Amino acid sequence: MTPIAEAVRSVLAARGELAGILALSLLVSGAAVVAAMALGVPAGIFLALRRFPGRRVLVTLVNTGMGLPPVVVGLFVFLLLARSGPFGALEILYTPWAMVLAQIVIATPLVTGITLAAIQGLDPRVHLQILSLGASRLQCHWKLVQEARLSLVAALAAGFGSIISEVGAVMIVGGNIRGQTRVMTTAIVLETRQGDFAAAVVLGAILLLLTMLFNWLFTWIQQRQKG
Amino acid sequence: MSLLRLADIGVRAAGHSILDLPELDVEEGEIHVVLGPTGAGKSTLLRVMNLLQRPERGAIFWRRERIPWPAPLALRRRMAMVFQSPLLFSGSVLDNVAYGLKIRGERGARALAKAEAMLRRIHIDHAAHQRAATLSGGEAQRTAIARAMVLEPDLLLLDEPLAALDEPIREHLLEELRQIVRERRITCVYVTHEQAEAFALADRISILDAGKLLQTGTPEEVFYRPKGRAVAEFLKTGNILAGEVVARDGSLARVRVGGRTFWASSDLPPASRVLACIRPEEIHLTRNGDAGTNRLDGTVTALLQGGATVKVEIDCGFPVLVLVTRRTVRELDLRRGERVGLAFAPVIVHLIPDDETRRMAASP
Repeated sequence: MTPIAEAVRSVLAARGELAGILALSLLVSGAAVVAAMALGVPAGIFLALRRFPGRRVLVTLVNTGMGLPPVVVGLFVFLLLARSGPFGALEILYTPWAMVLAQIVIATPLVTGITLAAIQGLDPRVHLQILSLGASRLQCHWKLVQEARLSLVAALAAGFGSIISEVGAVMIVGGNIRGQTRVMTTAIVLETRQGDFAAAVVLGAILLLLTMLFNWLFTWIQQRQKG
Repeated sequence: MSLLRLADIGVRAAGHSILDLPELDVEEGEIHVVLGPTGAGKSTLLRVMNLLQRPERGAIFWRRERIPWPAPLALRRRMAMVFQSPLLFSGSVLDNVAYGLKIRGERGARALAKAEAMLRRIHIDHAAHQRAATLSGGEAQRTAIARAMVLEPDLLLLDEPLAALDEPIREHLLEELRQIVRERRITCVYVTHEQAEAFALADRISILDAGKLLQTGTPEEVFYRPKGRAVAEFLKTGNILAGEVVARDGSLARVRVGGRTFWASSDLPPASRVLACIRPEEIHLTRNGDAGTNRLDGTVTALLQGGATVKVEIDCGFPVLVLVTRRTVRELDLRRGERVGLAFAPVIVHLIPDDETRRMAASP
């Protein structure tokens, strides 16, 4: 039996654990991307429509945040949540909550930046047109979201893609604890470190498949909207 | 009765005054056209009227009540605006037209029924279920107009709504717009730089230039009795001649321009410095005999062909522009360098007190 076939067999044999790892990956990154959309879309709209002192600095910060190294985010969240840190009392370090928090920090600037670009990409008079038809501020923002929805699906895909595949932050704040905080990426790192490359490759293939599946879903939603 | 009144409105941007209006009144039921060149501040004026832009200075009154800021949503909902570009939303034509109704809480079916009725009225119902992005320019602007009209606004604001359309479509839509606004008795503020649109629609016209209101009046008043040189020039009065009143006879004033004199209907006293405005299409050219009270003669200096009409430049000691038909040119056998007679009635000469010249003369 080839090492890959053997690895597939052994990964499938431990499918209970695999399912747990998969489910946790999806739950952590899913929750994080939902939170990132909830924070990033309104923030992007706000930055796109409002003019205030310091706006340019904020936009620069968001653009910088779009390229934040996950491992640095992990370190930063770790220091905040460590027992001696300002939020140590929460005692969520090495739990999925800490992982979600770190991934929110990674994905939010991405969602904000793409939303900002999407809303600014609309004709600025659309905003006035919506208001002039009698929309309240909230109704106007919702309509702008609808008008920019193709780009917002791209924001969702980019946000989710960036966190489902990152390893640095979840490793630092989650600790890769078996059965508790182990996700697909940290499991791959572990298998590679232990020299079980075949298992790592199989897990990598599953992660790749998962990412492709979600991207296909996002693209389908996006193109359906366009039609 | 006044529907919307702007009092002492000032808007500035980047240190420049964009709008400076002591007073502008929109009467209930009227079509009020704001006519002015590009960059006059017309769009800013509409945004201020639509309560979308807060002026730095001044107050806005709705049926004599001062509007607080931020303006109440209920009040904003009594207005609607159509822009130069249709700015249609994604989705179908019907979705677009129903949008304003839905955000006002009208139930889906009721909103759609109203929207459909409006689409029928504006002759775009065949495209109701078509995606808005696939419409032609004229259809898209019809949709935009339907989207605002369906809200039955107390005040409809139109920002050069036909400027992006080609000629035949534009003319048709202008006429339909006029009919719909009249039959529904909607108060309208219509902003344009096109004189033809302004005079075709307006009950009253306001001339706006560089953020300042130069004149407000009926089309007749503004067209035949411009208040100053800027209005006369903008309305292409053609002949704006600097002169002086030298005598009076009842309701007539004798005006001297460049050594020649003619009569004008005016009550300005002798010694008044004036600008005599004579529209080029109101002057008749003759070869012999006289017609009317005023008769001048001069030499043809240029004939400028312009399709159905010809502009004739004549030197009468001062340059005069006359607009005649092609047939007149042929019948009078007009040629450059030849003498020709000009006849015009005193009533078509409008005198404007020439403050500018008076100021210049007074200064050392």
